[in-house]
Amino acid sequence: MKLSLGPLLYCWEKSRVEDFYTQVAVTDIPLVYLGEAVCSRRRELTTGDYLQLARMLRDAGKNVVLSTLALIEAGGELTELKRQVDNGEFIIEANDMAGVFHARDAGLPFVCGPHINLYNAAAVRRLHDWGMQRFVMPVELSRNWLAKVLDDLGDIRPEVEVLGHGHIPLAHSARCFTARHRKLAKDGCKTICREYSSGLLVQTQENQPLLRLNGIQTQSAACVDLRGEWDAMAAMGVDYFRISPTDEKLPHMQQKPILNPMSCNGYWFGEAGIRQL
Amino acid sequence: MELLCPAGNLAALKTAIKAGADAIYLGLKDDTNARSFAGLNFTPEKLEEAARFTHGAGKKLYMTLNTFPKPGEEQRWYHAVDLAAKVNADALIVADLSLLDYASSRYPHIPLHLSVQASATNHGALSLYKQAFNIERAVLPRVLSMKQVRDLAKDSPVDLEVFAFGSLCIMAEGRCHLSSYVTGQSPNTGGSCSPANAVRWQEEDGNRMTRLNDVLIDKAKVNEQIGYPVVCKGRFTAEDSDSPSYLLESPTSLNTLSLLPELARAGVVSLKIEGRQRSPAYVEQVTRVWRAAIDTFMAAPERYQVQTQWDQALAKVSEGQVTTLGAYERQWQ
Repeated sequence: MKLSLGPLLYCWEKSRVEDFYTQVAVTDIPLVYLGEAVCSRRRELTTGDYLQLARMLRDAGKNVVLSTLALIEAGGELTELKRQVDNGEFIIEANDMAGVFHARDAGLPFVCGPHINLYNAAAVRRLHDWGMQRFVMPVELSRNWLAKVLDDLGDIRPEVEVLGHGHIPLAHSARCFTARHRKLAKDGCKTICREYSSGLLVQTQENQPLLRLNGIQTQSAACVDLRGEWDAMAAMGVDYFRISPTDEKLPHMQQKPILNPMSCNGYWFGEAGIRQL
Repeated sequence: MELLCPAGNLAALKTAIKAGADAIYLGLKDDTNARSFAGLNFTPEKLEEAARFTHGAGKKLYMTLNTFPKPGEEQRWYHAVDLAAKVNADALIVADLSLLDYASSRYPHIPLHLSVQASATNHGALSLYKQAFNIERAVLPRVLSMKQVRDLAKDSPVDLEVFAFGSLCIMAEGRCHLSSYVTGQSPNTGGSCSPANAVRWQEEDGNRMTRLNDVLIDKAKVNEQIGYPVVCKGRFTAEDSDSPSYLLESPTSLNTLSLLPELARAGVVSLKIEGRQRSPAYVEQVTRVWRAAIDTFMAAPERYQVQTQWDQALAKVSEGQVTTLGAYERQWQ
């Protein structure tokens, strides 16, 4: 099993994003996803800027994949998606079936991100037939689920990636929760999500950390941490352990997870995702 | 325009048809559909009875198979498709690729409607499902603005159905994991959003605490009207403010009576009423109002106006007695 770095899901200023990927270039992470996967109103970096970063990372020896939007609603977003698919250098991570449609139409291989619903082997096989090289296990599924699917798939199967570290992307809405919290209309949002570099923490009225609002995306407040499961995952045949960038430094993989209220691993064990077992 | 109404049981189904539904949708009494609440839905025998009654009245019956088959248990979902074929269902409402595959190859004569749980919101996604499985219709998630619905309808490869009334789901359906994050049960895998067995109410010092699997979703005065506890409609605090508020959405229902002419002009073929989990009384009230509205519009489109008594009747059966246009209205977003 190898490491991968999922797309940066927060809106950081361009220089900070560039610094971040300059650091990523010298790590030993072999697979890097990058691109805007949350909101098309975020324009700190253009697709052209991401392509430049992608080339820099490729030249540093990385396998690079362009991540695409999870929720595609407007015609302009679809046009941009087609441009990403047709970039001529890198394959895409489809987070919406429109990405699958355009990649398949162009005869290009692709990766399915965690937002594509793959809940059984027949569905995985169908997408594999269409050109899916690898898929990220949907976030709410478990170790036992994965074992059964891998068993059903047998030898002819796409690669499998599991979100092993980071805040879990739980939902997407038309509404921008960050703008709303700041009493701004979505159409005049001023990209206010720039001010929340790891999302806006939401707690229950008993101060239990619950969610992180990241524009139109809702994440888990807790950070999923499956570092302790590394060997088990590798033995099962998981190909990549995904780290989703957080506000902090990249996690040390050698360290065992520290159990605290801000970490969770319930989904992996077939329980409520918020739980830490 | 078709008026499509929910039926959680035979009584609701008969009520809906008598009150003017053109078609009804229902599911089996198990996790092959995303409303598997106790006491709801249809056994195979009841399904046959439902089909007889519906077809006898000259109306259509759509079977909902909108969860994603679990590995090792796929046969149960395939069997549900077979059952629907046996009772001559007029369409299957499906989200999963393997089920679309199975239904389109075994029963190509049964129309396939892409469930809202498939979360298809754009031309690319709809084209994929059309090409691969020849779907006839798609149910749009409640995340598009009216303009986006209009734009999509212009060159959609399939007919479109929209949610017209009922509980407001504010996330892209089929891709929301808030329920499983807190309770372990997910709409996608056959539970339901916020399963009833995870809900607990307790009174403390004049307040009513609403818990979902021990997570505090809301705290209200005991005399305050509260909605069914779902994570997205809870009152929480943000890191930069101490006072609890509805940070995502307040308990409210979708009501698009005022959009009816625009939806019709856009070419939307079906208006869906949400609420298989609701009572026959709800189904009757809502169906009657929407039947009257559609008939009034059809008779004289240019003179259509929402009548006060319609809104009043619908407000009574709305969550928190408050209604919204939701994402159809850009302001809401």
